[in-house]
Amino acid sequence: MTTTDTTAPRTVSRAEYCVIACAEAWRDNGEVLASPMGLIPSFGARLAKRTFSPDLLLTDGEAMLVGLDGTAEGWLPYRRHLTMVTGGRRHVMMGASQIDRFGNQNISCIGDWERPARQLLGVRGAPVNTLNNPVSYWVPKHSKRVFVERVDMVSGVGYDRAEAAGVTRFHRLPRVVSDLGVFDFAGPGHVMRLASLHPGVTVEDVLAATGFEPAITGEVPFTREPTAGELRLIREVIDPKGLRDREVRV
Amino acid sequence: MTDKSMTPDEVVGQLHSGMTIGIGGWGSRRKPMALVRALLRSGITDLTVISYGGPDVGLLAAAGRIRRLVAPFATLDSIPLEPHFRAARERAAFTLTEYDEAMFMWGLHAAANRLPFLPVRAGLGSDVMRVNPELRTVTSPYDDGEELVAVPALRMDAALVHLNRADCLGNAQYLGPDPYFDDLFCEAADAAYVSCEQLVETAELAKAGPPQSLLVSRHSVTGVVETPNGAHFTSCVPDYDRDEAFQKLYAATPWDEFSARFLSGAGEHDYQLAVRTWHEEQQ
Repeated sequence: MTTTDTTAPRTVSRAEYCVIACAEAWRDNGEVLASPMGLIPSFGARLAKRTFSPDLLLTDGEAMLVGLDGTAEGWLPYRRHLTMVTGGRRHVMMGASQIDRFGNQNISCIGDWERPARQLLGVRGAPVNTLNNPVSYWVPKHSKRVFVERVDMVSGVGYDRAEAAGVTRFHRLPRVVSDLGVFDFAGPGHVMRLASLHPGVTVEDVLAATGFEPAITGEVPFTREPTAGELRLIREVIDPKGLRDREVRV
Repeated sequence: MTDKSMTPDEVVGQLHSGMTIGIGGWGSRRKPMALVRALLRSGITDLTVISYGGPDVGLLAAAGRIRRLVAPFATLDSIPLEPHFRAARERAAFTLTEYDEAMFMWGLHAAANRLPFLPVRAGLGSDVMRVNPELRTVTSPYDDGEELVAVPALRMDAALVHLNRADCLGNAQYLGPDPYFDDLFCEAADAAYVSCEQLVETAELAKAGPPQSLLVSRHSVTGVVETPNGAHFTSCVPDYDRDEAFQKLYAATPWDEFSARFLSGAGEHDYQLAVRTWHEEQQ
């Protein structure tokens, strides 16, 4: 995924690599709804739409489909949003309080479900999302608390569980983006694989922050550099206030 | 034709402990909070609550009124985690039936259509199946032979919803961008109570919005209540946005203190007055 772009400034921040990595999740997706949860994925979806994936659909975060300038082009209340999910014309990037090597994700609770040590949101739409439309994940703080051996409550369904339950028909987890790198599930038996490292991060950094051993094949490339045009869009158009650096501080 | 207008306390007078109550809205949006507050003033308890959960769930859980909750989440939206729901879960204060959002919706559709269940491609492979061992699956009778979850109908004794406008017959209108699932809640319940910002003449409804804004029809409504600012502190756009400052206060204040100051009055009017006074103090 490395490209050399001599026109790009050398001081690309980690948050900017994360925006690029998130944007790449929606490349070649066509006319689907990009559902980003969280700041950096939102910037990534907007960057993708402004550059290489202009056909993406975006929402205003409420009930409207909107263009980049906020012009409404469609109506998407919750009940229709759920049809978009089951119809498959959507690629969501969700958060994960816990995620394991097969991509099982938890946003429900930490500890025993009967009496959790920490109650979180609840499963929300993670079960239906993962069985029906592509689901990627965004983790702003890569740590052993998030990348765990076993999640406490499977909300989003990973590859092993999808296969065991026979629900692989529309199941696909394209990637996990964290503040350290990009992961896919191209490891043996669909295990999480380190696909790229954000510049400044080493394989050792990733291993030290991950509660299981991700698959690593050969020399791991770096996440690609933003082009000068992309960097300008991120800094001047999409996030002029620099909110990205509050979500990822490196 | 039947005039169905009543007061919040009259609505609660028709409910009793042990009932299954559906609550409309979504998260911290257009929740029938005045009716929830009336519930809190009553002695009604031991409830099964069905909700896309927000502060309705938090308030009832904090007050110990919930025996069982059926929900895919509970959130305050701008504050992601509902603190009173969290606290109640962490002390195992009620039984939870944790469904996925789509499973929940199809459970409402099944109930509204008098079906025992509807099949969904959701839940399988997730721990929703583990924590709800009573859930059953069905196999498609067609060539695909796919196994799907049979979501049981979420039939309820009573539904509580809040909309922008209504007439005294029970026709109700939403003027914001999202209907949520309020019509389904009303159709899925044996009795449905609609609170509204403003009770108007029937002819005024068609003037306020397009035909499709007439979300709830009178045949599915038992009672109508005019409760201005009745969704407070959740949003009820376009009439008002969420009261973020007050929501922060709700989330940060110990329950006893919050309850004593805002919920101990004799009626909704006392609550609204207490909120106004608090806002004036913040100036």
